[in-house]
Amino acid sequence: MIRVVLPTHLRTLARIDGEVQLDVEGPATLRAVLDALEACYPMLRGTIRDHVTQRRRAFVRFFACAQDLSHVSPEALLPDAVAIGTEPLLIVGAMAGG
Amino acid sequence: MNTVRVLVGTRKGAFVLTSDAKRARWNISGPYFGGWEIYHLKGSPADPQRLYASQSSGWFGQQIQRSNDGGQTWEPVGNKFVYDGVPGTHQWYDGTPHPWEFKRVWHLEPSLTDPDTIYAGVEDAALFHSTDGGQTWQEFPELRGAQGHLWQPGAGGMCLHTVVLDPSHPERIFIAISAAGTFRTDDAGKTWRPMNRGLRSEGIPNPHAEVGHCVHRIAMHPSRPHVLFMQKHWDVMRSSNAGESWHEVSGNLPTDFGFPIEVHAHEPDTIYVVPITSDSEHYPPEGKLWVYRSRTGGNEWEALTQGLPQRDCYVNVLRDAMAVDALDPCGLYFGTTGGQVYGSADAGDSWAPIVRDLPPVLSVEVQTLP
Repeated sequence: MIRVVLPTHLRTLARIDGEVQLDVEGPATLRAVLDALEACYPMLRGTIRDHVTQRRRAFVRFFACAQDLSHVSPEALLPDAVAIGTEPLLIVGAMAGG
Repeated sequence: MNTVRVLVGTRKGAFVLTSDAKRARWNISGPYFGGWEIYHLKGSPADPQRLYASQSSGWFGQQIQRSNDGGQTWEPVGNKFVYDGVPGTHQWYDGTPHPWEFKRVWHLEPSLTDPDTIYAGVEDAALFHSTDGGQTWQEFPELRGAQGHLWQPGAGGMCLHTVVLDPSHPERIFIAISAAGTFRTDDAGKTWRPMNRGLRSEGIPNPHAEVGHCVHRIAMHPSRPHVLFMQKHWDVMRSSNAGESWHEVSGNLPTDFGFPIEVHAHEPDTIYVVPITSDSEHYPPEGKLWVYRSRTGGNEWEALTQGLPQRDCYVNVLRDAMAVDALDPCGLYFGTTGGQVYGSADAGDSWAPIVRDLPPVLSVEVQTLP
């Protein structure tokens, strides 16, 4: 079970209280987690990564275990602590005012 | 007794203002979608309880929200706006080619007859439509074939901001793009023609070019769909032949720069604009907020000032931020970048603020309910 923390506006959009818990089959990669997240909450499609290119939106960041995972390959394995659910994957709106 | 529902889109959410037919006391609800930009929301003429909203964010992109109960509850529907094929390039501000990129939905125009059919004008400029209540969206790519490689962005981006449906000709649609101009289809979007003859624009290489004009908005009275009114970047224009040609009707306006233009609900020759100082000074002349009304379809204009601030006012009124209700006398509403929404229950003769301190207002629409 993988834990994901979404930014406030996406929690509101998806009507989620607190963090999301996802069962991810196979290797715990960023792509697998986002695929599982979007399968559970289809309204999040297009909000974190582009519908077509699947690239991360420019003002979205991925953090976990005090590391910035925004620029690692979507196919790379997430840290073990995220994969076993002791630490959450944080999906964050970039600090850009507004 | 009739009620009036005013739908207000702002930089930080949507608001719904409701009143009885006297339009003297208002209930204000919202913000809906707080923190998100709501470029536009509009109700279906075929089912007034069906509303659509364009919700967007620089962080999380585009959403379309739909309500089936007049805005009390909402659900997100489809947000996948993908251009048909490879969209190619348009002109950038400096005239160089620039690839088409979807940014947001500026305007939603529900069908006159089917609550599940709706048109979406987007940036970078294109027209999409949905026939399943907003779940899926398809582009009309032939529009970009109307010299799209020569279109260029205005200061607000290269947006398709106006969609006008012809009630007498179901397959005819007028659209307007900044900065490309007005276009018309007569076959439900299969083919499109530029409709900009008579427009003259400084700031483009050929002031009389077929495309490239910064049209800010067009308006039509449904009883007379061959007559169109236009607020261009500069100039207020009129067409009496469904856009085939235009002539200027700025007349005695103090400045003919502005954004919205609207037509009285019951008098097809009574039109309204909000003059703005200039293209680089987006506030009213002399710090006085004036709505101007023409009862002659243009050229002869009168200032409507009663109840509007007449000193130290430096707000703007954006292109989709003015609307009329269908009551008699006709009500008129507009929102400002300062967060005020003003209403008039007497066709503009007098005004009062309905609400003063919203986020900057992007759009105002009105529903007149039985």
